[in-house]
Amino acid sequence: MKTVLRLTICFLIICFTEVNCQSKMVSIKGGSYTPLYGRDSLQVTIEDFQMDVYPITNLEYLEFVIKNPKWQRSQVKKIFADGSYLREWKSDIVIGDSISLNAPITNVSWFAANAYCDCMGKRLPTIDEWEYAAMANETMPDARTLETYNEYILSWYEKPKTFNNEIGSTFKNYWNVYDLHGLVWEWTSDFNSVLVSGESRKDVDNDSNLFCGSGAIGATDLMNYAAFMRYAIRGSLKAKFTMKNLGFRCVKNSIK
Amino acid sequence: MKNIKTIFSVLLLVMSLTACKDDKSNNEDDLAVYQCPMKCEGEKTYTTLGSCPVCKMDLKRIEDSKIVSSSEISDESIFNLTTKWNTEEGKTIQLQDLKGKPLVMVMIYTTCKAACPRLVADMRNIEAKIPKDRLKDLQFVLVSIDPETDTPERLKAFAIENLMDDEQWVFLQGTETGVREFANVLAVKYKQITPLDFSHSNIISVFDSGGELIHQQEGLGVDNKETISTILELIK
Repeated sequence: MKTVLRLTICFLIICFTEVNCQSKMVSIKGGSYTPLYGRDSLQVTIEDFQMDVYPITNLEYLEFVIKNPKWQRSQVKKIFADGSYLREWKSDIVIGDSISLNAPITNVSWFAANAYCDCMGKRLPTIDEWEYAAMANETMPDARTLETYNEYILSWYEKPKTFNNEIGSTFKNYWNVYDLHGLVWEWTSDFNSVLVSGESRKDVDNDSNLFCGSGAIGATDLMNYAAFMRYAIRGSLKAKFTMKNLGFRCVKNSIK
Repeated sequence: MKNIKTIFSVLLLVMSLTACKDDKSNNEDDLAVYQCPMKCEGEKTYTTLGSCPVCKMDLKRIEDSKIVSSSEISDESIFNLTTKWNTEEGKTIQLQDLKGKPLVMVMIYTTCKAACPRLVADMRNIEAKIPKDRLKDLQFVLVSIDPETDTPERLKAFAIENLMDDEQWVFLQGTETGVREFANVLAVKYKQITPLDFSHSNIISVFDSGGELIHQQEGLGVDNKETISTILELIK
């Protein structure tokens, strides 16, 4: 009888964590690396952090909007999301027929993604954290110099409609994280901070960053065309924009 | 056996309570206001549908964005941001608490040696062009992009040092995500370069009393004529 009781409790606890939609996370060991656009010192140091294994799915997002009606399509404030927010959905709480429940959620704004992670007690990754985790391939933490690594990403860019593939359908990388490349683009917390427009505090050629051509000259790795595309996309976004192929995942600081 | 049932129901109960806890105010959308499209009776409004007594045209619902008087805030209003902020006086507020006066906002950080002093000067130049007796109808808001360094005490010291300690000035310290969210609404971009330095865009934003963005002035030491005429229009 006791074992049955214990088993039931265990089972319920597992259910509970599932229902709480705390999707699985893995640890990413921090370190230093040189991003495409650096800071003054070029090298960026990343602290240890935890990252969602998969991007947030349609199903997970559906649960979120059911519990938080203010993020439903008809309720969302215009300041937080543009007109195409959750456009493919049938209604506020019904996902479209053609969309797989286990495909990554897209057509969400930065505000929505930010609110989702906040609600889960997590946050969006910084650009630096995202890029750090995403420069790994299956076996190496930094595969950016490999031709196969870049080719894989570029061949993804050519594939149509990958946003409707299910999570986990791409490779598991060195950190045990899936789908950083191959499914959707992902929001980052400071997505628009690299290409600083307007007159910046520093008078140094920030304007050149506004233009792909001259911006690329300032980049640290001319070969990393794939990453350059990501920075260009991020620079062109506004926080309330939504895109068919732009989703997100959350991270959280490691407990020290 | 009873035990299991109890545990089960308790767990179920807990599960159902997992929504975020920030659902304070459900704006009642049913406070619709109607007005004659020809404005035969000036700004007169009705609370029910009908026709205009003068020209007999059907009354039209006024878009929420035009209503700034009541407790209602529009979809485009910055007052939809519900994060908490500390002022230089040590008070904790939400942006909504600033409702009622047009706002002139800028994002700075106090350890900044290059652009911010000029941005602050730009703010003071704008203030100087506003008739003294109208200043009480305006709120100048300086939001720190470095919430870690810029504590309320530090902001207060900065205010005194820069002669910006009068009623019409308010300085805000937020949280890291709160500031990022706010910057995204203003389309201000910033990035930390070293612990004490940020690169950021220099934008002064003007909001009406309902929190809607009306005008943005971009750049340093630029001609502020348009900004000032916008503000004067708002406090007319």
